[in-house]
Amino acid sequence: MPDVELQGVRKVYAGGVVAIEGLDLKIEDGELLALLGPSGCGKSTLLRLCAGLETLTAGDIRIGGRVVNGLEPGERDIAMVFQNYALYPHMTVRQNLAYGLKNRRTPGPEIDRRIAEAARILQIEELLDRQPRQLSGGQRQRVAMGRAIVREPQVFLYDEPLSNLDAKLRAHARLELKKLQQTLGTTSLYVTHDQVEAMTMADRLVVMNAGVAQQVGRPMEVYARPETAFVAGFIGSPAMNFTAGTLGADRRSVALAGTTVALGTMVQGEAGSAVTLGIRPEHLLPTRADGQDAIGVLEVALVEPLGADLLVHGRLFDETETSTVRLPGSADARRGDVIPLAVNPADLHVFDAASGRRLHTIDEDRKAAA
Amino acid sequence: MIERTPILDVLTHVLLVLCIALVLLPVYLAFVAATLPVGAVNSAPMPWLPGDQLFANLATAWQREDLGRQLFNSMVMASGIAFGKISISILSAFAITYFNFPFRKTAFALIFVSLMLPVEVRIVPTYEVTANALTPFIWLIETVTGGMVDIRLRWNLLNTYEGLILPLIASATATFLFRQFFMTIPDELAEAAKIDSATPLRFFFDILLPLSRTNIAALAVIMFIFGWNQYLWPLLVTTEENMNTIVIGLNRMMPSMDAIPEWNVVMAGALIALTPPVLVILFLQRWFLKGLVDSEK
Repeated sequence: MPDVELQGVRKVYAGGVVAIEGLDLKIEDGELLALLGPSGCGKSTLLRLCAGLETLTAGDIRIGGRVVNGLEPGERDIAMVFQNYALYPHMTVRQNLAYGLKNRRTPGPEIDRRIAEAARILQIEELLDRQPRQLSGGQRQRVAMGRAIVREPQVFLYDEPLSNLDAKLRAHARLELKKLQQTLGTTSLYVTHDQVEAMTMADRLVVMNAGVAQQVGRPMEVYARPETAFVAGFIGSPAMNFTAGTLGADRRSVALAGTTVALGTMVQGEAGSAVTLGIRPEHLLPTRADGQDAIGVLEVALVEPLGADLLVHGRLFDETETSTVRLPGSADARRGDVIPLAVNPADLHVFDAASGRRLHTIDEDRKAAA
Repeated sequence: MIERTPILDVLTHVLLVLCIALVLLPVYLAFVAATLPVGAVNSAPMPWLPGDQLFANLATAWQREDLGRQLFNSMVMASGIAFGKISISILSAFAITYFNFPFRKTAFALIFVSLMLPVEVRIVPTYEVTANALTPFIWLIETVTGGMVDIRLRWNLLNTYEGLILPLIASATATFLFRQFFMTIPDELAEAAKIDSATPLRFFFDILLPLSRTNIAALAVIMFIFGWNQYLWPLLVTTEENMNTIVIGLNRMMPSMDAIPEWNVVMAGALIALTPPVLVILFLQRWFLKGLVDSEK
């Protein structure tokens, strides 16, 4: 299985809209790389560039070492799964699967063999003679997968393949897809706006915003050490709490409105500069009222019981922004309660207020250097 | 909007029946006239109930003008026009919708403008070209060479089926309808076909054409009837009797000043003339409605 390499990829649409701003990326052999980002961040454009459905403004795309810039989509040895599946409505499932193979003049017995194989893997054998309109959403999704599998391509391209399914089916299809990916081991590029999908499916993920790759890394790495405030706010649900503050003179603490939070270790950045302090809702822990470790007191304004968890919203550090805390479902909190909260200093994230970049701790830097 | 009020139900049904009666009454009168002997048809008022002369009148009409030959001519012309219009307009709609070429919008605008130029408006130049299909080329060569070259070439389309069909087979309406239909087909379908290594023509024949079949059927009905009803153009372009279409034949049956006004025979001829379009509609009705009402996805 080959890798996919993007070098200096840039896409400017007619009319001057910059969709992708110079991007370098390498999808390793057999890896599933997820492109994650809000709508309009350029993730779909990137996928379509790889597919050959859009033309590059600058840069190179290599699949298995071969530059594919000028090649037609059909010549790139890729398969794509569309968000709306794009099954040919007037053809049976079998014809849908066979169409690409016929166009590539695959011999008949080989087509039959591949269709039988794909149908077995996806358990759509009984559906082969039906038309797409006679299928349910989940079945259509599997047929769309089948159309990609029978091609036996070098690369799979997924364009939000699960977002047309309802929530329950999506969770199921996600597992199926992950299993399938582990069986086939095909190099894949997976576009999604759903962070759960990206976190669970991907070997590595790319968080994109406004045409720029904000961070590339393993899912847990991106969660634990987001490189920018954007990534920090995008990954994790409920989203990270942000508070404006000033970096202390010793660079070991952040001064917030009315309180100071110790960082436990020294961070980079300029003493006295404006920073953003980020704390994930799951890292704020209730403590005793007279606790030495309390960093603040949350005034409960709104409670959301989710069953396993209890989300509590309220004011923590300042008057303007509300913070969210994730408590166990068994916890008892009501509107008007005050909850003293503590946090493990290792779970604090500090970002430069102007650039949004993470201020690394000295430890992190040493690790990175080593 | 679905309303369930008895009064409205009655009202809409009364309206429907009235409209149907309004449309069918002339047809009924033509039928009655075709069954009467010549005396009865010219009495005033004409009887409202059919007589017993239908087959005799039909036979007379059939023999008086060469209706068999004319039916055949009309059939060839109407089918040719329907087929030609659909082939040309579906291909131009395909080009306009799926390809990005210079002056694409101009091309579409020109097609659209041609809606305003029916046969009647351009009949003189069209006749001239039909009389000698090489006229434009001769004009071009003579203009380019500044009149140095004198060409005498002739390709006469008068009194031919090509002459009847070709000038009428461009259709802005059909092009526009196909374009609108193609625009409702999701782009992903074309993209999926591209990834499936389909060439544009493969995509057209394997995917676009099967998806368009209800629209094609609907247009075929409309265009066939359009072709069948042509009067002015066949009148100009056919001078030999064996090339006449049935509409012209019908006109020639009209009683002249000093002959016996045999309206019963004329109406029998009219019945013959309207049978093929009615059959076409009856057979294609299901498709026709589908194509107009829903877009099968």
